[in-house]
Amino acid sequence: MSVTTPAGTAASAHNRRGRTGFWAATGIVAQREIMIRLRSKAFIISTAIMLALILAGVIFSSVGPALFDEDTTVAAVSAVAPALQGMDGIVVDTLGSADAVRQAVQAGTVDAGVVQGRGASGLLVIGDRETPSALVQMLSVTPEVELLDPNAPNPMLTYFIGIAFGIVFFSSAITFGQTIAQSVVEEKQSRIVEIMLAAVPARAILAGKVIGNSVLAFGQIILIAAVVLLGGAVTGSQLLLDGLGMPIVWFVILFTVGFVMLAALFAAAAALVSRAEDLGTATSPLMMLVMLPYIAVIIFNNNPVALQIMSYVPFSAPVAVPMRTYLQTQAWWEPMLSLGILIVFTVLVIGFAAKVYERSLLKTGSMIKWKDALKA
Amino acid sequence: MLSIHAINRSFKGHQALKDISFEVHDGLMTGFVGANGAGKTTAMRIILGVLAPDSGEVRVDGRPITADDRAQFGYMPEERGLYPKMKVHEQLVYLARLHGSSTAGAGRRADALLEQLGLGERRNDTLESLSLGNQQRAQIAAALVHEPTALVLDEPFSGLDPMAVETTLEVLRDVANAGAPVLFSSHQLDVVERLCDSLVILAHGEVRAAGTRDEIRAAHTRPEWVLETDDAGFVRGIGGIEVLEFDGGHVRFAAESAEAADRVLREAIERGTVRSFAPSIRPLNQIFQEVVR
Repeated sequence: MSVTTPAGTAASAHNRRGRTGFWAATGIVAQREIMIRLRSKAFIISTAIMLALILAGVIFSSVGPALFDEDTTVAAVSAVAPALQGMDGIVVDTLGSADAVRQAVQAGTVDAGVVQGRGASGLLVIGDRETPSALVQMLSVTPEVELLDPNAPNPMLTYFIGIAFGIVFFSSAITFGQTIAQSVVEEKQSRIVEIMLAAVPARAILAGKVIGNSVLAFGQIILIAAVVLLGGAVTGSQLLLDGLGMPIVWFVILFTVGFVMLAALFAAAAALVSRAEDLGTATSPLMMLVMLPYIAVIIFNNNPVALQIMSYVPFSAPVAVPMRTYLQTQAWWEPMLSLGILIVFTVLVIGFAAKVYERSLLKTGSMIKWKDALKA
Repeated sequence: MLSIHAINRSFKGHQALKDISFEVHDGLMTGFVGANGAGKTTAMRIILGVLAPDSGEVRVDGRPITADDRAQFGYMPEERGLYPKMKVHEQLVYLARLHGSSTAGAGRRADALLEQLGLGERRNDTLESLSLGNQQRAQIAAALVHEPTALVLDEPFSGLDPMAVETTLEVLRDVANAGAPVLFSSHQLDVVERLCDSLVILAHGEVRAAGTRDEIRAAHTRPEWVLETDDAGFVRGIGGIEVLEFDGGHVRFAAESAEAADRVLREAIERGTVRSFAPSIRPLNQIFQEVVR
């Protein structure tokens, strides 16, 4: 019953075409991931909005305070007015009597009033509802102050910088982590993955997805860093140019490696489920891991020991190392060590994720447990 | 030639495939028939390497199949699916490239296939915007776009209207005519009987019959003839003949040899007018019902 057709030789000639190489397949998959994302209007618009917000933040941080730096109008009786003249940010309105001053304060036409008082200073400051502390401070005798560490970062600023690194890490990791998870489950749900697996190895698909999304995340982080640094240069912010340059460089490096690790984990988690609806359950442990550095840096931004520990934990290193670089509380080799730990851990995680991904990709039905994915 | 050799596969204690072996010959359309749950999909997944067998192997031209071989196969899984939000032409090119085609070659081939399947105008529409029947055609195009050296299609005709069945069939014929083995499953026996050169009947994870239509018929029926004449009563007296059905001038009989049947015909001509004398062909459907029992 065997039939030999002349075209049979043509078919066997095709056989020599062979399988697409691992990296070629990875490249094709990565290319699609990037192209799909770049064509998505939602992605472009949200990225543009984020960059605009960051730029606004940078500009505001340098010119903002000046906008709100209004002069304080102070009503004073003529006897004390000379004492107030020439003070920074104070405009003096000389009135005839103490009562007139009180009325002006009460009416709100001035911010505060000063009349003669019976105390040691000979002055009585009048406020409407709260003590005009700026004025009081200026009129007080200030003791001499000696700062032992005049260059130490401002704690408030440290706090906000910590939050900024945390938010950028958190939002980028979650956005792209979810993207990769959706892309995995889309292929699983639509079963196109069966066609793909017949042609290329599962690991090439995983590698393509991780690389594609990492390139996008890296691109976005570079854009953010560029906007922050350029914005700083344009507005002449010393803080951004001197203090944050190196921390941002470290952030970009560590984020990129850390993202590869997270992307692999998100892909593996998504492979455990068969439907997009179950994605939330599968990725929630990862969300915690991503949120951890964000929350920890808010709590511990002023605790050098906690930051040191965080800088060696792979999940929080991308936030903790830049913070320590900014605070200058680490030896020069410490960021390198953190990076080394992160790279080693990432390699291990990729191996683990590839195993889970490979073994779960064709299993459908209810969510597979991590443990079972490794066993099978 | 694609051969499936002694394959076993169990799922959680249930044996889905029991030592199955069959062949899909080059240039032939082989129908893979069986009731739901007979093991067709499992067997196809094993051929494509998407699933591993517990034992046994798949062979190509007599040697064990390799990943390189499989990468050149065209496959249409049971559960349909391409990227819902990707344009039809674009995803065909993507899949062809994964299978090793060049971008330009894949583009031309995708255009030609879409045209042939009547989807030419929808090439830049997203898959989800197509009707189910058209999605099905796109799925067929996806299995063919990289010029496969063999085709394995799980229920390619389900959900297609008769027109679409014809156009799809033409496309599949082209592939078979180019010398590739084509295996497709179906539970519509009439379709398979009409379309296939060869058949594999699966039931409860076992191959119950395999071969060309004629071979299966020959294996599952004794040769039978039907004679229509004035009075067929004489047939009982002829040696090597067993009468199966008798009604005055109509008789259906089994003969141990063609010569014995010829003796019946000769005798009938001498006795009167022969209105009809022909081998009785059992419909495949009947054989199918019998073998899957």
